[in-house]
Amino acid sequence: MDGNLNALTTVFTEFYYWVTVVFMFLIHVGFCMYEVGASRHRNHMHTLMKNIMIIPLVTVTFFFFGWWIYWAFPSFPFFGGLNHDAGAANLPWSQNMGTNLSDRITGVFWAAFLLFSWTAASIVSGAVIERIRSSALWVHAVMIGSVFWIIDAAWGWHAEGWMVKYLGYHDAYASGVIHAIAGGYALGVIMVLGPRLGKFAADGTPRDIPPHNPWMLTIGIFLIYSGFWGFYAACNIPAISPEGIGGLITGETWTATNIYLAPTSLSAITFNFLMSLSGGLMAAYVVSKGDAFWTFSGGLAGIITASAGNDLYHPIQAMLVGAVGVVIVYKLHYWVERTFKIDDAVGAVAVHGYSGIVGLIIAGFLLWGAPSSPYEGYAAVNPVGQTIGAVIMFFVLGFLPAFVISKLQAAAGVLRIPEEVELQGLDYAEHHAYEDAKAEIIAADKAAVNGSGVPAE
Amino acid sequence: MSTIGYDSWAVDLAEVGAVYPFQGSEGIMVVLGVVFWIAWHRIQFVREGEHLEKAKHMGDKEKINSLLEKY
Repeated sequence: MDGNLNALTTVFTEFYYWVTVVFMFLIHVGFCMYEVGASRHRNHMHTLMKNIMIIPLVTVTFFFFGWWIYWAFPSFPFFGGLNHDAGAANLPWSQNMGTNLSDRITGVFWAAFLLFSWTAASIVSGAVIERIRSSALWVHAVMIGSVFWIIDAAWGWHAEGWMVKYLGYHDAYASGVIHAIAGGYALGVIMVLGPRLGKFAADGTPRDIPPHNPWMLTIGIFLIYSGFWGFYAACNIPAISPEGIGGLITGETWTATNIYLAPTSLSAITFNFLMSLSGGLMAAYVVSKGDAFWTFSGGLAGIITASAGNDLYHPIQAMLVGAVGVVIVYKLHYWVERTFKIDDAVGAVAVHGYSGIVGLIIAGFLLWGAPSSPYEGYAAVNPVGQTIGAVIMFFVLGFLPAFVISKLQAAAGVLRIPEEVELQGLDYAEHHAYEDAKAEIIAADKAAVNGSGVPAE
Repeated sequence: MSTIGYDSWAVDLAEVGAVYPFQGSEGIMVVLGVVFWIAWHRIQFVREGEHLEKAKHMGDKEKINSLLEKY
């Protein structure tokens, strides 16, 4: 770190990302609470464990190869080879991937992306509760968290990504690169996995399976909102000079940028985060006729729909985009459920996947002609590029691999839990052991009190 | 032609102000936003009125008593 200003900027940037990482942990806490609240009592511990173990499994694999993919894949395989130079600095045996006083940013930047990886995997986890084998889900978590989402990030969420260069793809706060892909992935899994027992009546009519604890869901989703706010900050570069960007920007004015190094501000994204949340909540309340859980999820769907362009929208545009997105998503969720008998237990495909697609396409129209990058020769933002981008995110990198892997797991008999276990509950064995242990210690204590035994130590 | 007024970031940021789409239409956007807000209240008032009217006649004495016991 040469010079005071450089040192200050570096330490500020390091601290900035560190704070966003801590905030984003709330997303995972929120998802855990939401899933447990939505599941029935007999499945709590497995539901929780299924989501918690995403943390270590995605973390270690993201360290081993996920982070390398982001740096090596921006042009690969359609517009060039692997970027070995950039990739080498981010391999697990690189000195940058450890305590290194000449690199204070890689660790926190890696962690910010890692938390996005947890989120992608956790979105899938919610859709499949109460009937998937944990072993199957954890393979999916690694695939979406450390392979497929980070390929899409290299292509569409990297300053040199081919989708940005040639399609003018613009997705500043991840309508597509996290949400559309995770929603598409979840749909691919649940199409093979099938619905929970009892979800559909004999005549095919869907039944509501109410959450066992509405308050856990409520707090869970509020925590997700809070973490999402941190996620927004994490998608920015907090302060950089035109020289540091090295693109077309002239003058000496420093700026915050989005992930493509194009200018925006924290103020802009704070306006737009809150207005799109509000538009989503208001529209969801109306369209769901005041259903509490759709209203709360609608707030999230509103943000996700506006996220692609929330670095540039006007706050009222963000509000209206969020509102429009929620109405489409809500209608689509029930149409898909009725038509294809799909059991999306927490509405993950709708809230994340459909919102992401709708948000990308809307951004193509609202930001038509805006520069996608500060570098020369990049395509401008346009509706065709955004629509192709949405298809790549949802279907190509989300739905297809999930469907294929799930088919393989189903063929091997390792995707779904046995029907008997689903009916008695995944926690039955643990509950049984708990009740036995409880009975034994109570009996021992009673015997001690009555003088006919040795007290427990 | 760009909705945000800039086709390229080859600019001095010291000379750049608003970059949102459709600058100059702020008045229309505010009108749209206010219509959305007022419409929301109107819909909500009507629906809640209808709901409460229905709810008045829904109560089953036994179930109400059990709810009262739950506190």
